[in-house]
Amino acid sequence: MTKFIIRRFLSLIPTMFVIVTLSFFLIRFAPGGPFSGEKVLPEQVIQNLMKKYHMDQPMYKQYLEYLGNVLRGDFGPSFRYKESTVNELIGESFPTSIILGSVALAFALVAGLGVGVGSALKQNKWQDYTAMSFAVIGISVPMFVVGPVLQLAFAMKLHWLPVTGWITGRAGLAALVLPALTLGFPYFAYIARLSRASILEVLRSDYVRTARAKGLSERVVIWRHVLKGALLPVVSYIGPAFAGIITGSLVVEQVFVVPGIGQIFVQSALNRDYTLIMGEVIVYSLLLVAMNFLVDIVYGFLDPRIAYK
Amino acid sequence: MTDEVILQVKDLKTYFHVDEGIVKAVDGVTFDLHKGETLGIVGESGSGKSVTNLSVINMIPDPPGKIAGGQVLYHGKDLLTMPQAEIRKIRGNKVSMIFQDPMTSLNPFLRVSTQMVETIVLHQGLDEKTAKAKAVEMLKMAGIPAPEKRIDQYPHQFSGGMRQRVMIAMSLSCNPEILIADEPTSALDVTIQAQILDLMKDLSARLGTAVIMITHSLGVVAGMCDTLCVMYAGRIVERGPTDALFAEPKHPYTQGLIKSVPRLDQASSDRLFSIRGQPPNVIDLPDCCPFYPRCDKAMDICKRKYPGATAFGKNRTVNCWLYNSEGK
Ligand SMILES: Nc1ncnc2c1ncn2[C@@H]1O[C@H](COP(=O)(O)OP(=O)(O)O)[C@@H](O)[C@H]1O
Ligand SMILES: [Mg+2]
Repeated sequence: MTKFIIRRFLSLIPTMFVIVTLSFFLIRFAPGGPFSGEKVLPEQVIQNLMKKYHMDQPMYKQYLEYLGNVLRGDFGPSFRYKESTVNELIGESFPTSIILGSVALAFALVAGLGVGVGSALKQNKWQDYTAMSFAVIGISVPMFVVGPVLQLAFAMKLHWLPVTGWITGRAGLAALVLPALTLGFPYFAYIARLSRASILEVLRSDYVRTARAKGLSERVVIWRHVLKGALLPVVSYIGPAFAGIITGSLVVEQVFVVPGIGQIFVQSALNRDYTLIMGEVIVYSLLLVAMNFLVDIVYGFLDPRIAYK
Repeated sequence: MTDEVILQVKDLKTYFHVDEGIVKAVDGVTFDLHKGETLGIVGESGSGKSVTNLSVINMIPDPPGKIAGGQVLYHGKDLLTMPQAEIRKIRGNKVSMIFQDPMTSLNPFLRVSTQMVETIVLHQGLDEKTAKAKAVEMLKMAGIPAPEKRIDQYPHQFSGGMRQRVMIAMSLSCNPEILIADEPTSALDVTIQAQILDLMKDLSARLGTAVIMITHSLGVVAGMCDTLCVMYAGRIVERGPTDALFAEPKHPYTQGLIKSVPRLDQASSDRLFSIRGQPPNVIDLPDCCPFYPRCDKAMDICKRKYPGATAFGKNRTVNCWLYNSEGK
């Protein structure tokens, strides 16, 4: 097991290397550049800027230099926000997005599993129909609709929660509720459907029939014999769900005016802020790769049939 | 085998309500099981053997299934009307089951020890340690080498035959009065089939367990069962002591089944006999003998009415118009 974890961990290194290399060149070769704004700059100014950012060097040299800096944990200066380094920009905004995303994921998992298990056990009863209709809404209605609807209902009409803002503001933790609900809602809905389906499948399996034929109570059958197997598909889904939540965060941050990385991400892409884009891409990828790594390990613990060779 | 009847199945009817209509999977099955008896239930696949036995311990999936009538008396008490809490004390304890596919019948996520110990603790009230010792002893009896070590492994670490041994050990661990084995060897290699059957024969004799042995192959049960019930389309069409039934099969279907058992004294060039045609679809079956389209001796009346049972001595009955005076 330890060996498997180490090997799996080492395999992350080439993955990250490929991601960094590909995005470096893709971004450089995309049309436009950091200095091709609306305002046409004098030739001399551009020359100086190019020099300052080492962009007058051959591409491979720039790449090697960048790679070296990244390995030391330095993402360089931002092209657009002249006073800040990329490390500073990301360090200020990224934790906010992570908090929002984690809370949304936790909500999606807990509520999704609860509703999924409940629906499966009440299959084809009104509770099941209600929950599953709700889930269809969650999957099909986009966040930029759900967000404003929640704002309208819980903030403007009922005044229970703030319309916008973040936990650092006056409202404190209450400011987290609506954005996290909006962000987690589609994933909650999907996890509810996924866990319902997989529980129903396990309930029909031969080994559950054996468990019942042994005289075990329905409670023991569900807790000991059904849940573990039924949870596996949900565990595999955590990786993609997290990726989706992190990217979906861009929309939700706009709607709820959350000072996360979403704001500067969109701007950096439009501005061709090479170093900032690269920094964001690398941090995002690290996060997702690490998440999938964790999921694999949890999966391995849950399923004894996976051999660690 | 003694004369004491421990299980009486009376006119059992189990129907499945599906979109196409009502599947009468079991339609009026009656048999007795005596203490220590080995009873074989034989019939082609789809004839209702599994449904019969799941009905006996009241485990028919509902929906779509419903037990539409009949009684299952275990020591005089009807298992079909018993509250769930009470029948659970009988399942796995007094009446236990082994299923066809040992690859899927054990929980792949739980150690063998967990799965065996939970049954013993539940029904015998032992503490976990004593229960585990008991489980090891059962595995040893079932012929599993190094059971102290193997018990902590997961099912996927056992071969198919070994898994079926685990199932047998588990099902016998509470010393049940009745063991229902639903095609316990059909999913195994031929060489292993014989070993498993021998093991079951040996253990049930040693523990005095009555066995209901379900199979689609007469050859499997011939050497093992005291009594045979031949099932066709949800009904028992012939029943009797194994010897008598083999010596003188009465129902044309039984005759066909016996003729289709491969025999050692047969020249290998002879083609193996097989009954022509297919078993009927048991959805909305009219009142007739369901075997008549495949029967060489079919008469007019066979298409109009299902025959009642004709008795031959104490333990033999057959449902066929050939032996029914009403049909003459
Ligand atoms: N869950 C179910 N839903 C619908 N029909 C079923 C179900 N289980 C069994 N049946 C039907 O009942 C009949 C008897 O099945 P079964 O008892 O499994 O036959 P076998 O003799 O091969 O064990 C078959 O026609 C089968 O299609
Ligand atoms: Mg069957």
